[in-house]
Amino acid sequence: MENKLKNCQEILRFITCGSVDDGKSTLIGRLLLDSRSVLADQWAAIEATSTRRGQSQVDLSLLTDGLQAEREQGITIDVAYRYFSTPARRFIIADTPGHAQYTRNMVTGASTADLAILLLDARKGVVEQTRRHAQIVRLLGIRKVVIAVNKMDLVAYGQEAFERVRQEFLSFAAPLDFRDIEFIPLSALNGDGVVLHGDHMPWYVGPTLLELLETVALDEEALNSSFRFPIQLVARLSEENGEERRGAQGRVESGTVAVGDEVVLLPAGRRSRISAIETYGGRIPQARAGQSVTLVLTDQVDMSRGDMIASAAHPPRTDKNFEALVCWFSDKPYDPARRLLIQQTTRCLQGKVDSVSARLDIQTSQLIPSPAQVTMNDLVRMGFKVQQPLAFDRYEDIRTTGSFILIDALTHDTVAAGMIV
Amino acid sequence: MKSTQAATLTSPPSPGGAWAPWDHLDRLESEAIHILREVAAQCARPVLLFSGGKDSMVVLHLARKAFYPQRLPFPLMHVDTGHNFPEVIEFRDQVVKSLGVDLIVRSVEESIRQGRARVRFETDSRNALQAVTLVDAIHEFGFDACLGGARRDEEKARAKERIFSFRDEFGGWDPKNQRPELWDLYNAHVHPGENMRVFPISNWTEADVWEYIARERLDLPSLYFAHRREVVARGDQWIPVTPLTPPRAGEQVEERWVRFRTVGDMTCTCPVPSEARTLEDILRETATSTLTERGATRTDDQTSEASMELRKKQGYF
Repeated sequence: MENKLKNCQEILRFITCGSVDDGKSTLIGRLLLDSRSVLADQWAAIEATSTRRGQSQVDLSLLTDGLQAEREQGITIDVAYRYFSTPARRFIIADTPGHAQYTRNMVTGASTADLAILLLDARKGVVEQTRRHAQIVRLLGIRKVVIAVNKMDLVAYGQEAFERVRQEFLSFAAPLDFRDIEFIPLSALNGDGVVLHGDHMPWYVGPTLLELLETVALDEEALNSSFRFPIQLVARLSEENGEERRGAQGRVESGTVAVGDEVVLLPAGRRSRISAIETYGGRIPQARAGQSVTLVLTDQVDMSRGDMIASAAHPPRTDKNFEALVCWFSDKPYDPARRLLIQQTTRCLQGKVDSVSARLDIQTSQLIPSPAQVTMNDLVRMGFKVQQPLAFDRYEDIRTTGSFILIDALTHDTVAAGMIV
Repeated sequence: MKSTQAATLTSPPSPGGAWAPWDHLDRLESEAIHILREVAAQCARPVLLFSGGKDSMVVLHLARKAFYPQRLPFPLMHVDTGHNFPEVIEFRDQVVKSLGVDLIVRSVEESIRQGRARVRFETDSRNALQAVTLVDAIHEFGFDACLGGARRDEEKARAKERIFSFRDEFGGWDPKNQRPELWDLYNAHVHPGENMRVFPISNWTEADVWEYIARERLDLPSLYFAHRREVVARGDQWIPVTPLTPPRAGEQVEERWVRFRTVGDMTCTCPVPSEARTLEDILRETATSTLTERGATRTDDQTSEASMELRKKQGYF
């Protein structure tokens, strides 16, 4: 416990995909329990509930059941976030339910995840749901997946069953082009392979699930991409030589930036250089992806919220038209008559849908042209036109500048999320 | 580090270094600054809910960083239950004075006088009544966003709440009908009368908060540090002896070394036995604690498994 004090480290955000039947809640419960993240009062509460329900064993899945309605119905309604840490790393789990609204919730949970755990039942292998989950994970740009082959206890902890599932998944997933696929045999119920190895699978010499989560390389993708800095606010800084200095406040969304770098202010297209990087802690010579800073340009160019400062050598595209893969969230189908707002980075513009060219069938990976309507949980390819030019990248290249949400201008509901292609 | 001086808040920022190592606190801080700036940019009339407790001190500090060198673009507001520990109110006023920020105080006492809120007994917990005063104040000032220091690791219902959490005209939270929140894109659009509750430190844990307070050398009310206090043992908890929580017949008053892990109302916040007198002591204690922050110290969350959820639906923070 003592080493928890160590100024630990980095954060890994991951999503768990699977249904109640796959033992997902039990797996998370097991991960929390065996990593000693469950405290005495939490344990006492779920122990009491298990006893009241007449269960002989403490039900680990209760650890992740949040809301009253969920407990009544025995289902998970929405994305919940769980936190735990080990001496090696901190973890944020996006726990998403596997039932009816799965696409919407999974897309939400996956949007901020670095890694996905896909749960498979060792007896059943790749099922329809696995295909959906793998597709969504891939669409959301997650390249690292861990295939947790669960319920090994029900196949006598046999290596053949594990190998069969492994081969099955590999041949199915080949076209999805995941960068990293790891397979781990485990029993969430008994704990084998989750945090501890257990005695039942001497043939498995790889890491346990937790060991893998603790050591998997964190994505440096954002750091290695081109510099992007959407402006959140423009601040008045001090005066210098009788001239007021203005600073662009925002977060470096990708790449790095240093004083002296040549940049371009978009959508205006004006070139300038970075004259200073200011923070509360003082001036710094450079800033990296993820850092919130204030940038000062050498020229006092006119800039405002919604503009983007970007690498002059590798600028994003700037256009009023773009195509995107859209996940429809609203329970009301897409209606061309409704006015839409498109919020991308710090820019919010009026926009309209020019075309709905295809619907992606998540089961078969087939594109079905010209869908008759777009309803909740549909993934569709749409063409957009916005009122003013937008600076953007392909989602595949840079997640933050390639993603957007659609807001109903009248109700203010978030009705869809999009990834620019 | 003295616990009640606000000196570090007013002293000039230390000079920054080159490529400083990037750790979890940097990432969490940067995320919070991004959220605070989004509120300032997207909302017309935001307010920062400030109690003087550790989480709101962290959010205040983050806000100062976010808008530096400019002034905070929003006032602070405290919903005073009238049952706060006097040390905390004193600390609150000291912070406000030394930083020169605006503080609005609205009191549950006043809501009770106006008949907007009811209590059966003077010593009843007023924690839940805060919702009434808060929602009234939101309408009085026309606030469209309330920033607060709630964290998702605190409680089961919080784990499901968005960073930008939509509230209807009555301040109510509808957990089944939340706006999807993807990437770092926050939809803060509201109609008049509706508002957002925004939680910049949603993704922080109790340990993160303490580590950050230690790193930034933030000042806190003295209650958080071990001190001698009169308490009585009741169930698993130590109840502080105050005018509102007098010992019951047959209870033995003892003076013990204790500290508070959360600071709420006198009627529902209990200290834990502790000898942690410095931030470093507290960090060590937090890392090895076997109870959650709320489980150890709050009596109001224990009445029903869903009590936080119920209060939130009624407009509670």
